Amino acid sequence: MSTNGHPVSSVRTLVAVFLSLMVLTALTTGIAFVNLGAGSTAVALAIAIAKASLVVWFFMNVRFNTRLIPVVIVGGLFFLLVLFVETFADYFSRGWYGHGR
Amino acid sequence: MAAEAPGGSPGLAHHFDSYEQQKEAATLGMWLFIVQEILFFGGLFFAYALFRWKFPVAFNHASRHLDVTLGTFNTAVLIGSSLTVALAVRSAQLAKPRRIVGYLLGTAALGLVFLGVKAYEYHHKWVEHLVPGPDFRFDGPGAENARIFFSLYFGMTGLHALHMVVGIGILLFLLRPAWQGKYTPENHNMIEGFGLYWHFVDIIWIFLFPLLYLAGRHHQL
Repeated sequence: MSTNGHPVSSVRTLVAVFLSLMVLTALTTGIAFVNLGAGSTAVALAIAIAKASLVVWFFMNVRFNTRLIPVVIVGGLFFLLVLFVETFADYFSRGWYGHGR
Repeated sequence: MAAEAPGGSPGLAHHFDSYEQQKEAATLGMWLFIVQEILFFGGLFFAYALFRWKFPVAFNHASRHLDVTLGTFNTAVLIGSSLTVALAVRSAQLAKPRRIVGYLLGTAALGLVFLGVKAYEYHHKWVEHLVPGPDFRFDGPGAENARIFFSLYFGMTGLHALHMVVGIGILLFLLRPAWQGKYTPENHNMIEGFGLYWHFVDIIWIFLFPLLYLAGRHHQL
C-alpha cells in the first residue's frame, strides 16, 4: 500500500508483527524455566535479537529506507562489538603472565 | 520551524530541495542519535556482562528476586505501545490527524502503565531491602555481588525509565500540532522521529527483560 508513491505498512502487517513479538515474549519467559545450562542465555539473547530485528525492520520502517540507514545501524553495532570484544579481551587475559589480576 | 520555501510547500525547509530529501536527512539524523544511544547503553550492558561472568551464582540468585510476571506484563505493555506508535506514524502517512492524536494518547497511556508497574516494583524492592545502600540486605550466596546486580538493575531500568519519561514529554508536544493537521503525508518527520525514538526504547527493554528478570530461572536452588 502507498500514498503519493510512499510505501505505508498495512494494519495487517503491523498487527502480525505485534503478535509475533508477543509470542516471542511468551516463548522467552517460558523457556527461561527450562534447564538448558549455559545455553539459556544464548537462547534468551537469540530471541531478543529476533524481536529487535522485527521492530527495526517493520515498526521502524527500515525496510522502506534507503540503503544508507542499514549501513549506519550496522556501523553503530560494529562499535558496540568493539566495546565488548576489546574490553573483554582485557579482562579475559589478565593474569596470563602472572601479574595484573 | 524553519522558513518555508517560496512557492507554497508547507513544512519544507528552504535548505532542502524536496520533501524526500528532507525526510532522508531527518531519518538519518534520528538513526545517528539512536546509534550513539545504543553505545551509551552499551557501557551498562558491558558492565552487566562482565559482572555476570565474574559472579554467576550471585547474579542467578539476585535475579530471582525480580518479579517475572510483572516483567513479562510490562514487556507486553511496551510492545503494545510500539504498535500504537507505528499506527500513529501510519495515520500521519494517510493524513488522519484525529487518529494520530488517538494513537499517541494510547501510547502515552501504555507508557504510564509501564512506569506505574516499574514504580510498584521499585517500591517492593525498597521494602525488601534490595536497594543498594546502607539498608541493603541479601540472604544468599555472594551478598556483596548481589548488590552489584541490584545496582545494575536500578541503573539500567532507571535510565530506561528516564528515556520513557522524556518520550512521553516529547509526545505531549506533538498532540496539538497533530490535532491541527500540521503533520501531512509529505511532512510528518516529527511523528516519524518520535516513533523511531520510542521503538528504540522498546528495543532496550527487549534486552533488559531477559538479562535482568530471566537469568538463573532454570537453576534448581
